[in-house]
Amino acid sequence: MSSLYEEINTPPASDIPVRRVTVNVNGEARTANVEPRLLLAHLLRQGFKLTGTHTGCDTTNCGACTVLFDGRPIKSCTMFAVQADGHDVQTVEGLASASELHPLQEGFKQEHALQCGFCTPGMMMAAKALLEENLNPTEDEIRWALSGNLCRCTGYQNIVKAVLWAAEKMRAELN
Amino acid sequence: MYPSRFKYESPKTIAEAIKLLDAGKGEAKVLAGGQSLVPMLKLRFAFPDQIVDINNIPGLDYIRFDADGSLHIGALVRHEHLEKSAEIAKRQPTIAAAAPLVADPIVRVRGTFVGSVCHADPQGDWAATMIALHGSIVVQGPKGKRTIAMKDFVLGPYANSLNYNEIAIEAVIPAPKGVARGGYLKLERRVGDFATASVAVSLDMSGDTVLNAGFALAGVGGKTIDANEAASALIGQKLTEATIAKAAALVAAKAEPRTDHRGSAEYKRHIIETFVKRILVANSAQKVA
Amino acid sequence: MSLDEVKIGGMGASRRRVEDNRFIRGKGNYVDDIVLPGMLHMEILRSPVAHARIKSIDTSAAWDMPGVRLVLTGEMMAARNLAWMPTLSYDTAAVLATDKVRFQGQEVCAVIADDPYIAKDACGKIVVDYEILPPIVNPVQAAAPDAVQIRDDKAGQVGNKIFDWEIGDKARTDKAFADADVVSKIELHYPRTHPSPMETCGSLADYDRATGKLTVYLTTQAPHIVRAAVAMVAELPEQNIRIVSPDIGGGFGNKVPIYPGYVVAILASILTEKPVKWIEDKTGNLTSTGFGRDVYLKGEMALRKDGKILGVRMNTISDHGAFFADAQPSKFKIGLMHSAFAAYDIPTAHMFATGYYTNKAPGGVAYRCSFRVTEAMFFQERMVQAAADDLKMDQAEFRRINFVKDEQHPHRTAFGFLTDSGQYEKCLDIGLEAIGYKNFAAEKAEAAKRGRLLGIGISTMTEPLGAGNSREYDILGIKMFDSAELRIHMSGKAILRTGSRGQGTGHETTWAQIVAHELGIPADDILVEEGDTDTAPFGMGTYASRSTPVAGAAIAMVARKVRAKARKLAAHLLEVSEEDIEWELGRFYVRGNQERGVTIQDCAMAAYSNMPDGMEPGLENVAYYDPPNLTWPFACYIAKVEIDPETGVWDVLQFVAVDDCGVRINPMIVEGQIMGGLTEAYAMANMQYQTYDEEGNIIGGNYMDFLLPTAWETPGFELYEVVTPCPHHPIGAKGVGECATVGGPAAFVNAVMDALKDKGVRNIDMPLMPNRVYEALTTGKDVYGMPPVRLGS
Repeated sequence: MSSLYEEINTPPASDIPVRRVTVNVNGEARTANVEPRLLLAHLLRQGFKLTGTHTGCDTTNCGACTVLFDGRPIKSCTMFAVQADGHDVQTVEGLASASELHPLQEGFKQEHALQCGFCTPGMMMAAKALLEENLNPTEDEIRWALSGNLCRCTGYQNIVKAVLWAAEKMRAELN
Repeated sequence: MYPSRFKYESPKTIAEAIKLLDAGKGEAKVLAGGQSLVPMLKLRFAFPDQIVDINNIPGLDYIRFDADGSLHIGALVRHEHLEKSAEIAKRQPTIAAAAPLVADPIVRVRGTFVGSVCHADPQGDWAATMIALHGSIVVQGPKGKRTIAMKDFVLGPYANSLNYNEIAIEAVIPAPKGVARGGYLKLERRVGDFATASVAVSLDMSGDTVLNAGFALAGVGGKTIDANEAASALIGQKLTEATIAKAAALVAAKAEPRTDHRGSAEYKRHIIETFVKRILVANSAQKVA
Repeated sequence: MSLDEVKIGGMGASRRRVEDNRFIRGKGNYVDDIVLPGMLHMEILRSPVAHARIKSIDTSAAWDMPGVRLVLTGEMMAARNLAWMPTLSYDTAAVLATDKVRFQGQEVCAVIADDPYIAKDACGKIVVDYEILPPIVNPVQAAAPDAVQIRDDKAGQVGNKIFDWEIGDKARTDKAFADADVVSKIELHYPRTHPSPMETCGSLADYDRATGKLTVYLTTQAPHIVRAAVAMVAELPEQNIRIVSPDIGGGFGNKVPIYPGYVVAILASILTEKPVKWIEDKTGNLTSTGFGRDVYLKGEMALRKDGKILGVRMNTISDHGAFFADAQPSKFKIGLMHSAFAAYDIPTAHMFATGYYTNKAPGGVAYRCSFRVTEAMFFQERMVQAAADDLKMDQAEFRRINFVKDEQHPHRTAFGFLTDSGQYEKCLDIGLEAIGYKNFAAEKAEAAKRGRLLGIGISTMTEPLGAGNSREYDILGIKMFDSAELRIHMSGKAILRTGSRGQGTGHETTWAQIVAHELGIPADDILVEEGDTDTAPFGMGTYASRSTPVAGAAIAMVARKVRAKARKLAAHLLEVSEEDIEWELGRFYVRGNQERGVTIQDCAMAAYSNMPDGMEPGLENVAYYDPPNLTWPFACYIAKVEIDPETGVWDVLQFVAVDDCGVRINPMIVEGQIMGGLTEAYAMANMQYQTYDEEGNIIGGNYMDFLLPTAWETPGFELYEVVTPCPHHPIGAKGVGECATVGGPAAFVNAVMDALKDKGVRNIDMPLMPNRVYEALTTGKDVYGMPPVRLGS
C-alpha cells in the first residue's frame, strides 16, 4: 500500500482516539489505526480486505467468522480488533501454501462438504484446530468439535467425511 | 451487530485495572473472555463508556489445587482449560461435568470461568456450579482484597455484589472433607442453546456416607437458584432410593420456573427433579475409593 | 472410439465442483465482499412494535451526526411514489412505513452513512412516536368480527381476509364421506419457520448519473424478476438496469422476494450519487424477510373398512403476515397445496383454503417448499398416519394398497394434476427393508425393557416440480420458462449462460455436465455463468426445484441445436451428405465407416474457418424452454426414533431415504441436496420455528431462539436411489432440491407419534420439543403450538 496519499474525512467522524494495532495475519504483519469498537471480523474483511471470513449472525452462534487466534479457534465477531494487537491471526486465506491446498481444503472439495460456501471458511478453521490437537478423531469427536459452527446446506455428514479424509492424508504425510 | 463507541484501555497490572475502574465511576466494564459482554455490546443491551481489557495482565490463568485441597481458578482461566484438565476431571467432577456443556466449543476457547460467574446469567452454568460447591470469589479493589461467598455474590439476574471499582480475580472452591462426587445435567435443545433447566450437584462422600452436598439450579428462575438446603436430606445418610427421592423433591421445590416457549413451569420443575435423581443415582453406583 | 462419458464429466459423473475452487480459498464473491469506490453504508431502523400508528418521526439528530449522508423516511419515499411497492401476489407492501407499522421488525427509516457503525448510531438517534394498536397474531384473531383492520391502506379491503380459494369436487366428495365406513380426522398446525440461509439478504446499488445506468449487486435467486420489478417500481428503462447476483450464501426461497432494503438502497444511490451498500443483520433477516409455512389444517379422510381411501377433505387456513407477498404462480393463492395425495389413487377430493393478514412479517411461500408442497405433503402424511391408525392397519400396508400403481401412469390426481411416472412401491420396499421394519416389534419390546419408547415413521410423497407450463403458470403475468445460451469457441471450448441462479446447488458444475452429455465436450472445457442480467438470457430464477426441470431442459435443447449445426459442418468437413452422418459422444462419423470422422472440436474450428457456402459462421444458439408439464420425483423417508419418557427428549436411531428423482446428472450433488434437506426437515421437526406472543413480539428473531441444529444433534442419513426417468424431460431428470424438506418432517413426526401411539395422542405440533412430547406422554392429549391456537370445529 502506498503511503503517498491517504484521504482524511473532513470533518473527522469522531473525536474518539483510534489505536494503532499490528496483527500478524497469515504470517504477515499488518498495521492499522482502528476505533476500539471495531470488531476483529470487520478489520479482517474491510480493513485488510480478507473477505474469506464471513459474518452470519449477530449473537455469536453461527461460527462463520471463526479464525485461529494464536492457533486457537475464536469467533472473530466477538473480539475487538484492538485485542488482536501483537497476536497471530490465521484466516482461510492462510490455509493454502503458495503451491498447495491444505488437506482440509482438498478434503472439503473431494467429499462435497460445501454447497453455498458461506460457512466453509469458519468450518475449516475450526476443523484445523481440531486436527492440530487430534489427528485421529472419531466421527463423534468431529461433530462435537464443530458444534459451534452452523451449516444450512450440507447436513454436516459430508463435512465429517471431509475432516476424516484430511486427517487420513495428514497422518500419511507424517509417516 | 455494531457496538456503540467506547474508550478502551488494556492495563498490564491488576492495580492499573482497579484505578481505571475507580476513575470510571461505574461506567467502565471489565473485558475478559468477552463471550457474554461483546454480544451485549453488539445488540446495544449494554453501552459502557469504557472497556477495561484484562487479557494482558499476566499471572491470572492458573488452575491450582492447594495443599489443603482447595481449588483456585484465576480470572483468565478459559472454559476449555477446565474441560481439558485431568486434575479437574479427577478431583472436581461437578466442574468436569459442566465444562463441556458451557456454550459451544469455540466460545469455550475464549470465555472465562470467573467472567461467567460475574455475569450472573440466570441460565449460566458456572454460577450454579459455584453455589453447589459452596465456592467464593476473591475480589480486589482500591482498599485491597476481600472474599465473597457465592451465596452472597449473585444478587439477581446479571447482578453481582461487586463494587464498580472492584475486579474478581479468583474463584475458590473449598476442599471436600472426603471425596468429591457429583454431576451437572442441562436440558438444552441443541449445543449453545439457553438451558431449559439445569442443575449442579456436588457431593462430599466418605465411603458410602454423604458428608455434605450442594445443589444449585439454572434456567428455572429469575436468577441462579441456591438449593443447598436440600443437602439436609442426604447429610449423614447413604444414597438410597428413598434419600435420593427426598433430596430431589426438595431441590425441585426450590425451583421458580416460568412457563414459556421452552416448556411449562411444571415441566421444568419435573426436569430438575429427574436430573437430580439421575445424578445421585449415577453417583451411588460408583465405588467410592 | 466414443468418449467415456463419466471421464469427461457427463451425466452420472460425480464431478467435483467447480465452485469449490474459490470457496475453499475464501475467494467467494458474496454481496458483502464487493467494494466500490466511494461506497456508503445503509442501516434500517425497524419497528419495535407489532401494530401502531406513526404519529411523528424526528430524524434531526440523525442528520446531525458526522458521517451521516442521508436519512430516508416513508414520507420522503412517498413523495417519489416509492413508499409502497407491488408484491409477487398482486398486493402492495410498504417500503418504508408511512401511516402505520404492521409488524415488529418492519422497516421505518433508513440511514446512509460513511460506515455501518455510524449508520447504526444514527438509527439510535431517530425518535418515532408510535400509537399502539391491538396486535393480531393468528388467524382466529384476524377473523374475529370486531378485529381491527390491519390493511386499512387498501381500498376495498374488508376485515383481514385475503382470499378464499377452492378446488376439487365438493359434491362428489361429500357423497364419498356419506358412504364411508370410517371417517378419520386430524387437526394440526405447520408452524411458521424461516429459511434462514447463513448469508442474510443485501444489496449494493450503484446509480451512475452520467450514463443513467443502475447496477445492483444483490442476493437474489431470480435476477431477471428483480430487473423487471425495478424497472416497474423505479421507472427506469429496463436496458439501463443491470442486476448482478454474485455468489449467494444460501437461498432456500428467502432470496426470491424483493425487499424494501433493496428499493431504499437504490433510491439512496440515486440521491447521493454514490454506491450504497445495505447488508441486513440476522435479526433483520429473521424478523422481516420471507418466512415459510404457518398454515392450519383440518383434514378428513373417508375410508372403506378394507383400507381403501374413498375421499379426502382439506380445509386450510394460512397466515400471511402483514402483506400478501407470497412468491408463487399467480393462479394459485395457496401455491400447489392441491398437489396433496398425488401419489395416492383417490377417486375424489375437495379443498377449501382461506388466507388472512396478521401483524407479522409478510410471506409464507419459501423455505425449500416448492410453492407450499411442503405443507401439502406434511398434511397428507399426517392424515395418512391418522387414517391407518383409525383403521388399525399397518402404516406401510395402508400406503401400499392406496398408492397409484406404476402402470396407472399417466395418472390424473383427484385435484387435477397429471403425474407421469414413478415406482412408489419399489421405493417403499427398499425403505422398509433398510430400516428393518419386519424386526421392529422385537426392537421396540427390547427398548421398552430399558424404559425407552421406540417408534417408526414413514413419509412418502411425489411432488410437482419444474413450474411450469405457460398454459397454467405465471408470476405477475410472466410465463415460467427458462433459458440457456451456448457459444462454442473456435478451440472447441464453450461458455454457457442460463437464466437460473444457483445458491450452492452446483449449477456451475452440473450444467456443464449436461452439455458434456449432449456434445461430448469435456465439462472442464465449459464455463458456466449465471446471474448477470446484462449477459444471461431471461429466466425466472431458481426456486421450487425448477432449475433442473426447466433450465436443465433448456440447456439440453440448446446443446442439441448446436449439435444440429455441427452436424452440417461435419458433413462439410467429411464431404458427405448430412444423411450419411452418425453421432457418438464427441464426434461425427460417416455411416458404415466409423474410423472416418471429425470431433466436435473440429466442427467448432470449422465454424470459424471453414464454413460451407451460405452458412452463417459461428457455433452458438439460445433456447427458451416452456416445460410441457411438471416433473414428479418421489421419495420414501423412514425414521426410527427413541424417546426418553422421563424428559421427552427423542433421538434418531436411524433414518433411511429412498429418492427417485429420475436421471441424476451428478449423484454426489444430488445426495448433498437430500442430506441438506433432511437436516432442515429434522430441524423443523425437532427445534426450529418462529412464533409471536400476544403483544406481537417475535420469538425466534435471532439465533438464540431460532434454533438450527449443529453437527452434534443432526443425525446421519442412509441414502438409496431409484431411477424412473421423466418421460418428457430431454434428459429424463426430475429435480430434487426440495424433496427432502417436503417429505422429511412427517417421517420424524410420524415416528414420534408412533412411539406414543398407545397413549392416545393423535398430534403434537412441530417442533416436537421435549416439553411437548412429555406433555403428550403424561396427559394423553394432543399438544398444539405455543401459544396454542384451536380453529374450532
